[in-house]
Amino acid sequence: MEKVIDIQHLSKSFGTHEVLKDIDFSVHKGEVVCVIGSSGSGKSTLLRCVNLLEKPSGGQIIYQGENILDHKHDIHAYRTKLGMVFQQFNLFNNHNVLNNCVVGQVKVLKRSKIEAEKVAMNYLKLVGMDQYVNAKPSHLSGGQKQRVAIARALSMNPDVMLFDEPTSALDPEMVGEVLKVMKELANSGLTMLIVTHEMEFAKEVSDRVVFMDKGVIVEEGKPEQIFNHPTHERTREFLKRTLK
Amino acid sequence: MSFEWVVTIITNNWPMFLRGAGMTLLISMIGTIVGAIVGLLIGIIHTIPVPERGVKRILLKIVNAILSVYIEFFRGTPMIVQAMVIYYGSAMAFGINMNQLVAALFIVSINTGAYMAEIVRGGIVSVDKGQFESAQAIGMNHFQAMMHIVLPQVVRNILPATGNQFVINIKDTSVLNVIGVTELYFQTKSVAGNNFRYFESFFIACVLYFIMTFTVTCILRYIERRLDGPKNYSMIGQPPVQVETLVSTKGRNDQQ
Repeated sequence: MEKVIDIQHLSKSFGTHEVLKDIDFSVHKGEVVCVIGSSGSGKSTLLRCVNLLEKPSGGQIIYQGENILDHKHDIHAYRTKLGMVFQQFNLFNNHNVLNNCVVGQVKVLKRSKIEAEKVAMNYLKLVGMDQYVNAKPSHLSGGQKQRVAIARALSMNPDVMLFDEPTSALDPEMVGEVLKVMKELANSGLTMLIVTHEMEFAKEVSDRVVFMDKGVIVEEGKPEQIFNHPTHERTREFLKRTLK
Repeated sequence: MSFEWVVTIITNNWPMFLRGAGMTLLISMIGTIVGAIVGLLIGIIHTIPVPERGVKRILLKIVNAILSVYIEFFRGTPMIVQAMVIYYGSAMAFGINMNQLVAALFIVSINTGAYMAEIVRGGIVSVDKGQFESAQAIGMNHFQAMMHIVLPQVVRNILPATGNQFVINIKDTSVLNVIGVTELYFQTKSVAGNNFRYFESFFIACVLYFIMTFTVTCILRYIERRLDGPKNYSMIGQPPVQVETLVSTKGRNDQQ
């Protein structure tokens, strides 16, 4: 299978604190990968390093055969290929729902406004938010905001979708509506990299589960292998605590 | 106080008062607008992330240092003194005989700029960091993220403070009489000097100043409300029936 993103020897430190240590990791085309692990294990930092919101301290990120950490590489063009969904939604507060999905297409991808709106409406329909195009982010509930955020990321037609704990800031009753949308996306063959605390969801949708602890990848494999037959003591401990 | 005197002064001198008020409004309006633009530019330069090394880093540090000196100097000295120094100083040092109006506009703009720079910086800091991050995440560069996402929110955030600055400017242009700018205070002084009715003349000026500041405040409130947009939104493809029944039921209850 073709590797979309290939991470080699990636490390990241904040000052003297080493958050990621020599990470080797790749995402294949059409694959759904879930990254699990306790808070502070570095999974969010890994995701943020992938789209360079955090600047890695060392290592390589290979995308389409090129190391994007090279100085001459256009990181803005690279970022359009990665759709990011944040824990805190981060919808543009000065735009309504439709414009949230349109502004990036028009300003970055240089699509025409009409085309951009068509694309945006298509994805807003997919996440069930097409009725709310005129609403401002402040009018929406958390679950609705996150669904719009997903539509916004999809509107850029990315190669990979990155989800950074997309349901962690939501009320329990709203988690379901967001996970449902994500499940549909996973089934449609989209390449997805998901950092999550939703174990049931990870078990169900992912092709591969990665368990991280203290800045290293402890174990990775098929979900049934990780959840039912973990080989490492630390994985077993973590799963015992989270699955009860 | 004799009310007749107020009426007499107005009927005899209304063109002077009006011209004075017009001049005050002109100086404070242009001063506020130019100052706001200056402040916006400085605020943006101040928030550019400093590169880790290279010529750009040194350049940016120098520019920031100069701008900080500018801000501190103009915030730390009275405008009346600045007016004297700039107006007479430019004549002495460079032999430039500044037009009073130009000098007035320059002084008010540069003063407002210094205050607005800090207001804008605060406005930028108060926009959630996530807004900038998500703009970057969809591929926008620093400039695009600023232009389309952050600054529109900054402008909304700093609008009340800008209005405040405008009101302050309307009042503070009165100090420019020291360099002979024919604004409202200067004109009132001339009127009073002619008729020796100081209280009545300045009472009129007082009312005029208040009318100007209050009008400006009201206009800015209106603009703020317009920028916030409607409190409600309409859903697409949803029958409006529900809303109507709600309204009519409420009306009936009120009648009972």
